[in-house]
Amino acid sequence: MKINFEHKPAAHCESGVTSNMLRYYGIDISEPMVLGLGAGLFFSYMPFITMHGMPVISFRPLPGQIFARVAKRLHVKISTRLYPMREDQSMKALDKLLLNGKPVGIVVGVFFLPYFPKEYRFHFNAHNLCVIGKEEDVYTVSDPVSLVTNQLNSAELKRVRFAKGTYPPMGKMYWVKKVSTQSPDLKTGIISGIKLNCKRMLDIPIPYFGVKGIALMANKMRRWETKLGSRKAALHLAQTIRMLEEIGTGGAGFRYMYAAFLQEAAAIVEKPELKDFSQQMTSIGDLWRDFAYEASRKFKKRNGNVCSYDQLADKLVHISEEEKRFFTGLRKFIQ
Amino acid sequence: MKIEEVPQDSRYLEKTSVRDIYYATDEDGNYHPVESVGWEPQNEALALAWEAISEEAENIRKEVLAGKKSPLAYHIAIHLFDVGILSSYSGISKKTIKKHLQPEVFNQLDETALEKYASVLNITVEELKKV
Repeated sequence: MKINFEHKPAAHCESGVTSNMLRYYGIDISEPMVLGLGAGLFFSYMPFITMHGMPVISFRPLPGQIFARVAKRLHVKISTRLYPMREDQSMKALDKLLLNGKPVGIVVGVFFLPYFPKEYRFHFNAHNLCVIGKEEDVYTVSDPVSLVTNQLNSAELKRVRFAKGTYPPMGKMYWVKKVSTQSPDLKTGIISGIKLNCKRMLDIPIPYFGVKGIALMANKMRRWETKLGSRKAALHLAQTIRMLEEIGTGGAGFRYMYAAFLQEAAAIVEKPELKDFSQQMTSIGDLWRDFAYEASRKFKKRNGNVCSYDQLADKLVHISEEEKRFFTGLRKFIQ
Repeated sequence: MKIEEVPQDSRYLEKTSVRDIYYATDEDGNYHPVESVGWEPQNEALALAWEAISEEAENIRKEVLAGKKSPLAYHIAIHLFDVGILSSYSGISKKTIKKHLQPEVFNQLDETALEKYASVLNITVEELKKV
């Protein structure tokens, strides 16, 4: 059986799955609106968690948080389940939901995802997609990074749902239980979403998260070359850019998406000032892109003027300050 | 970013159904999702990551040919596994896997053990024995 599900590609996996899934239930909200309601703009730099031997840098909240927050704001009842060590049970549970006509969001590792470009297949285990049908042994999935829906057989699907390594997904799946009959109050949701995002970027009292995390990464970066040698420092820098720019991870692209959210929000909450904030966020996105561009010249050892690690770190410090200024201003305005 | 500035630096994506989506502005400053086949700095970051992986794997391949390591060590490297990840996929303890990285131990493995590794790495037993 196949659910009549409209697949739309998106900039980020979880916001894309959430937007597509809610549209199926008649709640038509854009991907940027999902990001805004879900307070999904984030930064974390966690030197104590490594992937492929390098610190994890992330531009998104933990998997599942955007979906859960958006559902809360829109009074949508959801279920989330993990199946540690229970692979067959998780596949049966998935089939049962599909038979009941429910699209099911799942968290997977991308390493064994057959339709992913080979060069993008790392042991990255926080990718989201939506299962929308099953015919005999073959599942149809709506993955927001893909232009079209894709097919996986049950062995392939099981393998990616039970990927191993950093943050194993453990068969995690989530679905909509019940949609409220009242039309959702977007205005209140938008204001709450913005407030929460300001809090997440500004107030977490440990240095790994939000604007503080960006400054921390900058400071560590200054010492990369002396500490690691130039080859390893270049690899670290390249890893940073991959996290920043790779499909579905968010990164600089999230800044533009948040700008798109603020633009949409300005009309809904009737606060034209949010359009100015949208433009400011666009400029911050540009700063991230400039950083990525200069960083790539650095690790490619381009001739001519190449930034030093100190200069790259200065750019990050500037971004950290700009984001601090932005979210402080946004919070003041929205209170 | 304006719609016409969305990068289209194709290297890895064009032959697949996967695309980047950017939110970019039209002439009136309104945001729209725009497809992209990639951006050079990102492509270069990926290329460098793979260059480092290939170099490491090549070093291990030489050690395998010199009889210092088993082919399993090479396949762990090219599949971006490590002993820890291989252990959690296969259920074989890290200590045992480390023993199997020695050629003399690996050469005595029975078909069942070889098949286990091959299936986890998604290759055939024949491929597993070769470098």
